[in-house]
Order: sequence, then C-alpha cells, then structure tokens
Amino acid sequence: MNALYIICGLGIISLLAEIFNFKKALFPIVMVGLVVAIAVAFLDGGNASQAFSNMINFDRVAIVFTMLISITAFSWFWMAKDYFSNNSHLTDRFAIVLFSLVGAIILTSINNMVMLFLGIEILSISMYVLAGSNKKNLFSTEAAFKYFLMGSFATGFLLMGIALIYGATGTFELLKISAFISAHSSDLPSFFYTGVIMVLIGMSFKISAVPFHFWAPDVYDGSPTPVTAFMSTIVKTAAFAALVRLFNGCFAEISSTWLIIFSVIAAITLVLANITAVYQTNVKRMLAYSSVGHAGYLLIAVVSSGNIQGVILYYLFGYSFASLLAFAVITRLEEKNESLTIEKFNGLFSRSPFLTFSMTVALLSLAGIPPLAGFFGKYLLLSLAVGSGHIWLVMIAIATSTIGVYYYFKIILAMYFKKSALSQIDLSQSLKILLVLLLLISIVAGIFPDLFLSLL
Amino acid sequence: MITAFLIFWPLVASLLVFAFHGYAKPIALAASIIELVVSIVAAVNFISDSSIQYSINYAWIQSAGINFHVGIDGISLLLVLLTTFLIPFIILSSFSINYKNPSVFYGLILLMQMALVGVFVSLDGFLFYLFWEMALIPVYFICLIWGGEDRGVITLKFFIYTLSGSLLMLIALVYLYFQTQGQHSFDIQQLYAAGRSLPVREQGILFWAFFIAFAIKMPVFPFHTWQPDTYNVAPVQGTMLLSAIMLKMGIYGVIRWLVPMVPYGVQTWGESAIVLSVVGIVYASCIALVQKDFKRLLAYSSIAHVGLISGGIFTLSKIGMQGAMIQMLSHGLIVFALFYLVDIIVARTKTKVIKQLGGIRSQAPIFTTIFLIVMLGSIALPFTSGFVGEFLLINSLVKYQLGLGVAAGLTTILGAVYMLRAFQKSMLGETGENTSSFMDLTTREKLVLYPIVVLILGIGIYPTPFLKISEAAVNNLLTIVTNYLALVK
Repeated sequence: MNALYIICGLGIISLLAEIFNFKKALFPIVMVGLVVAIAVAFLDGGNASQAFSNMINFDRVAIVFTMLISITAFSWFWMAKDYFSNNSHLTDRFAIVLFSLVGAIILTSINNMVMLFLGIEILSISMYVLAGSNKKNLFSTEAAFKYFLMGSFATGFLLMGIALIYGATGTFELLKISAFISAHSSDLPSFFYTGVIMVLIGMSFKISAVPFHFWAPDVYDGSPTPVTAFMSTIVKTAAFAALVRLFNGCFAEISSTWLIIFSVIAAITLVLANITAVYQTNVKRMLAYSSVGHAGYLLIAVVSSGNIQGVILYYLFGYSFASLLAFAVITRLEEKNESLTIEKFNGLFSRSPFLTFSMTVALLSLAGIPPLAGFFGKYLLLSLAVGSGHIWLVMIAIATSTIGVYYYFKIILAMYFKKSALSQIDLSQSLKILLVLLLLISIVAGIFPDLFLSLL
Repeated sequence: MITAFLIFWPLVASLLVFAFHGYAKPIALAASIIELVVSIVAAVNFISDSSIQYSINYAWIQSAGINFHVGIDGISLLLVLLTTFLIPFIILSSFSINYKNPSVFYGLILLMQMALVGVFVSLDGFLFYLFWEMALIPVYFICLIWGGEDRGVITLKFFIYTLSGSLLMLIALVYLYFQTQGQHSFDIQQLYAAGRSLPVREQGILFWAFFIAFAIKMPVFPFHTWQPDTYNVAPVQGTMLLSAIMLKMGIYGVIRWLVPMVPYGVQTWGESAIVLSVVGIVYASCIALVQKDFKRLLAYSSIAHVGLISGGIFTLSKIGMQGAMIQMLSHGLIVFALFYLVDIIVARTKTKVIKQLGGIRSQAPIFTTIFLIVMLGSIALPFTSGFVGEFLLINSLVKYQLGLGVAAGLTTILGAVYMLRAFQKSMLGETGENTSSFMDLTTREKLVLYPIVVLILGIGIYPTPFLKISEAAVNNLLTIVTNYLALVK
C-alpha cells in the first residue's frame, strides 16, 4: 500500500522538477524512490490492508506482485537511462512512466470493478503516449495511434462487460459479486455471462492473446525500444495480476463459462504466435510474437488449478528479467531509426563476447533451457497443468517450446556462426553492471527458485 | 562429499578457466586430472555391493519436492569413471589444435563434464532432468562455434531433436511425480514406486515417452537422423564428447530410470524396442558399408554398436545388462580412439575420403599398429574389450530369440567387412599423393593413445574387475524387476 503512495509521490515530484528545475537530479531520486518502494513493500510483508472503502485490497499476492513490478521498474529505469537523457520532455516521460506504474500496482490489488477500469486506463493511456514518444519517427506515431484505437476498442468491451455484470449483480465489488454468484448459482441472468465474456475479451486484448493480438507486433516494433521493454514486462505482469484476480478469484465459481474459452485461446495463442515468430526477420517483431506466445503459456496456468498465483508470479519473474536482459542488449545494438534485423547480430561473438553471453542467457531463459529461471517457470507451469489434467495443452506447449527454440536460436546462430566486419563494441560501466545483475537474477532464480517462491 | 566434489569441481574449474584465460589449456588439463584422481579414489574405496554409496541428500526446492540427491552405485561408478577418464584425454588431444577463444572451449568441455557426471549420479528425477538438459548446452556451443561447414543448420537440428525428446521425458517425469504417494516428490525410490503402481497401459505410455528421449540420445533407429551429420561437422573433441560419453547418457537412462520405473511397460514393449535396435544395427551397418567418408563411416558404425547395447538391455537378462555395461565402457574407449585417429589422418592429409588415402603403413608403422588394435577392438576380436561386451550382448539376444540374435550378430560380421576394407584402403597399398609424407605419431599423440590401447587390451584379456563393479547393482536391479513382474502376473 505504502509503495503505491511512494510511486505516486515520485510521479508528482517529476512534474515539480520541471517547475523547480532539478531535472538533473530526477533520475537518482526516482531510482532511490523505487528502492524505498521495494523495501516498503517487502516490510509490509504479510500485512494485508484495504483502502479507499475497500476498493483495493493489498493482500500478500498484491504485495509480492507490487514488489515484482517495482524491481522490474528499477531495472527498467536503469536500462532505459538513455531514454531519459534527452532533455526535451524529460520530466513528462518520468511522470508518465511513474503514473503508469501506479496503474500497474492498482491492477495487482483490485477489489472493485471500478478500480479495474481505472487501473487499466491509467496504465494504457500512459502507454499510448509513451508508444508515440519518439515523435520524429513515423512508426512510433503509427504505433501510438494503432495502440490507442485498438486499446480504446478493447476498453469499450471491458466497460460494457462491467456494466452488464453490474446490471446482474448490483455491485462493483469483487467479493460481493462472487458472493452473489454462489448465492444465485442456478438463476444468473444470461447477460451476466455475456458480461463475463466481454471482460474476458477486454483482458485478452491487454495481455495480447490471440486473436486479440494484432496490435502487438506493430506497436512493439514502432515504439521506442525501452517502451517496448516496458510493455512486454510490466504491462504484462500487471494485466496478468488483474486477470488472475478476476477469473481465478471472483469468477472462479462459474469457471465452466470461461475455462474452455481460455483453454482454446491459450492453445491458439501458443500455436499461432510461435509459428509466426519463426518467420520474423526483425528482432523486435520476433520478441513481440514471443511475448504473445508467453501469454499463451501463462494462460495455461490460468485454466489450471492449484497454486496459480505462485506459478504465474514466478513465470512472469523469469520472463520479465530474461526480456529485460534481451532488451538491454538490443538497446545497445540499435542504431537510430533503423529496424533491428537478425543480421545485426551477425558475428556479435567476436565483437563483444559479454554482450553475446548476456543475449544467449536471455534467449536460453526465454526458450526454457535449464538451469535458468525461464526453465523453472515453464516447469512449474507444465507441472501445474499436468496436475490439473490438461495433458493436451501440455503437449501443445511442448511442441511450441521446440518451435520457440528454433527462432530464439536463429539469433544465437547469427551471433556465433555468422561473420561480421564491424568493429568491437564498447560497453559502458553502468550497462556492464546492469547486465551482470540481470544475468545473476536469471541464473540464481533458476537454481534456487525457493528463495523466490517462499515469498508467496 | 566426494560425489559433490565430482560434480562441482569441473564447474569451479571452468570458472577458473574463464578467469585465467591465458592459461586455459594447463588449467583445464590439471583440473580434469584432479577429477580423474578423485574418481579413482572413489572407485578404490567403493564396496562392490548393490548399495548406493557416497550419497548426499539435501533438500533443495522444498516447495516442489525436489532434493539434491546424488549417490554412486556400481552402474553409476563405471560411467563416472568413463567420463573422468576420457575428459583429460579429450582435452589433451586438442592441444595440437589452436582453437580460437581457448578459454571458452575448455570451459565448455568442463561444464559438459559437470553435467555428464551429474546425470550419472543423480537420484532425483528433477535433478537428473536438469543435468540431462545441461549436458546439451555446452556440446551444442562447442559444435556451433568450432564446427565445420554447415554447422549452423545441422547443430540446430541436433539441438531441437534432442530437446523435443527431453521435453517428452520431462512430462513423463512430472506425470509420475503426481502419482507419488503423500507429499509429492521426485525421489528416485518414490518415482519407482509410483511407476510400478500404474496399470500396464499407463506404463506403456510412459515407456514410450522415456524410450524416445533416450533413443534420440543414443541414437536408436529411427531416431538417429541427427547423428551422422552432427558427428561429421562437430570439431573432433565435440564428436568425442558426443559419441564416447554423451550417448551413454541414453543407455544409462534406460538402465537407471526406465527399466526399474515401469518394468511392466518394458516387458510389454521391450520386444518392439529390441526389434528397433536390431533393425538399426543391420540398417546402420549396411549404410556404413557404402560410406566413402571416414567420419561418417564411424558415425554409422557407432549407431550399429549402440543398437546392440540397447537391444541387450531390453532382454532384461543379466548377461544382457552386464554386456551393456562393459560394452559402454569399451565403446567409449574405442570410439574415442577411432575418432582421434581419423582426426590425425584428416589433419595430416587434409582429406577424410577413404579412397584418397592408402599406404599409410609404410610411412607410419606405429600409427598403423595402433589403428589396427583399436579397429580390431571395434569389430570385437577376442582379447579386445569389444569382444567381451559384444559376446555377452549377442548371447543375451540369442537366448531371447534366435532370429534377433543372429541378425544382431551381423554387427560383428558387417563391422569386420567395412572396417577391414577401410583399413585396407587407407593403411595398406600404394602410397598416394596425400599420404606420401605421413608423419608417425608424435609424443603427445602417443600419450593419448597408449593408455587407451592398454585399456582396450586389458579389459579384453581380464574383464573381471570391471564386470565386478556393476555386477551386484545389476543383479539387484534384475531381482527387483523379476519379482515385480512375477507379482503382477
């Protein structure tokens, strides 16, 4: 709860920085503020607290998700330092990112449909702006516009769904809705179910599951790379936190309505996203499809039973840090206004062994190769699904994992196998430290997952 | 403690190699020799009964019932010894070649050793899987970075092929994990109990899930298509790792995990596995007959030999199992030596096409003698290690079913044909332009080859001590399986 206030405060400080002209100090302030937020969330530990007339519920799951988001945000700011070095609109960028974090944290702790809507909108509107923050680039503008149009459309679905659910149950509160469902399990009006399906569609858009994923590749590709990294890590984490709260919490009793739909969505997401990723030559587009694919894996957990939140949390943790690692390398390799094709990775091994090693670990983790965090996440997920009897989903996931290896390894092949005439790459000290940190997280979390799992 | 040392010392050593990259070669060699010495100490203090010794059981990921449970019994010990014995020679054999980025190269070999030892001592399903997968990464990069032409596509095929098999095994392991009683656990005994409690249909499905994973690694027909190309493009040390040690992971997996875990499934489907193995023997031998390329010839001959080992195991007889154990050792030594010898030929003549060679004997008599001994070992002449193993294995297959035994016996005959022909064409006859200045073995090459040759002959003449190591464990395994099958009937 307090972490939320701190990040809100940081956002306001960023706005004030423009007026009182301490822009230079803003970056350290934000970093320190995020560390404090992480610490506060950690100290909050098991103290569940409600706020705003019970509209948000900071229970243990919300706190751990908040920690995950804050840690990811901390690493993200570090990675995106260059994005904030440009002097124009610097404070705006800080403020927008920090407020989008507020939206993300609200999503982890929703206890009310209104908060769901608010959280999603705070997060999304910030993202629309950030996607277009590279104003001189046509693709960035296109990304923002596309994201905005599609996003508003999905929000419409979400809002309509919320309205229908309100119409049937007479309340916005998740707990009361679920109480209503158990009390009237036999005579729920059909428009209630329609509402649930509409919420499902709205949320599927936010997590970019097939067939609501069409915005993802263009937006990922067009947005500035740090923003892409933000979308594929923090936004995804927050959206899944909310999704789990809604469907595995509030709508758990009517799982027969949405279970099949989500299973089918998971299956087609896995198959389509992974197969499409194979044909991408642009690395950012490939990672976009891979990110869509990972949403498919996560949905398998949503339709399973057992420790769903723990598994999703660990998976997102492994996935986010592997992605950040990959994006940190991509940001370094990227040149101005040029799309990053796989050929740009040619011969990276001879140009910068450390960068190559980082990218290799990131890709191996994304592909789910032991002993990295990505593997243990996938293992937890598959074992959850096997335990719930979803053998057919598991078989699909296995098949798509091998397809995943194929396209991730295309980059590895390029790095080690292809030749390049380009010169050595120098890494700044700060980037080196960040890479070491992210590498350690990916490896240690994979070997000692209990350190992380015991938090929940 | 000694088991933990055997696993983690190579890891520490590989970090040392990365840290002091100027001294990669001496550090790697010294580290692997230390590892060998420690494993010999372990072997000397090993009490040859069926018990598991030097075991460590440490709670690792408690929330998922995963323990760091390792230990060594007779079956493990033989393979650990094979690994620790061959790695120093593999490292030594590379000293004449100046690879780019030597620290990465030797670091990866040592990481590979860690994973291999880990596979052979794991007594926890998850741990086993972890090491099993981890063994794939270093060898993939060794082949990718230092391999020959077209390695990109070929190594990727190899990686995806083996990975998909492994994932199948992972699902089977997870399925078994959920069948364990009480608090779910990956402990080997619990998994055994869970597997044996299943009805025959489930055991059959699990059998295939595990068998395909192991069969890809070995490789058994028809899962072998990745192998010849990969052996061919890999740098010779990579080929040695793959053929001499890594394929034993598959065979070991069958003995340690598959047979005791789902005995009923093994009994039901064992015949199919044997038929596949025997078909593979005949098929690979026939292809080997027409190979023009030395490395490919060896690759196919390896498929034939491994087919025989896998067939022998699935007879579920003592001679079959013991034959498999001794043959794993012998095949490891022989295939290592053969690939090394062929690599020497390639390095000196710049060709691996058998026809372009000839007359090496007149130039390099020591080389030719060594080649002859190793080759005779490969075609299982008496008084070589190959004979002991193949004799036991063919014997077990004949007892299982005469027809299969006879077909499997073709390995020896066809093996003799293609090997002797290759020998004749490359070593004997007129000296060609490629071989006119063929240098005999250097001291370093002798240092690698003499110990191996001594062992090949030693095991052939007096195999008892090596058979003794695994005998008790194999007996114990078979007793359990037989009792179980008698009970089920």
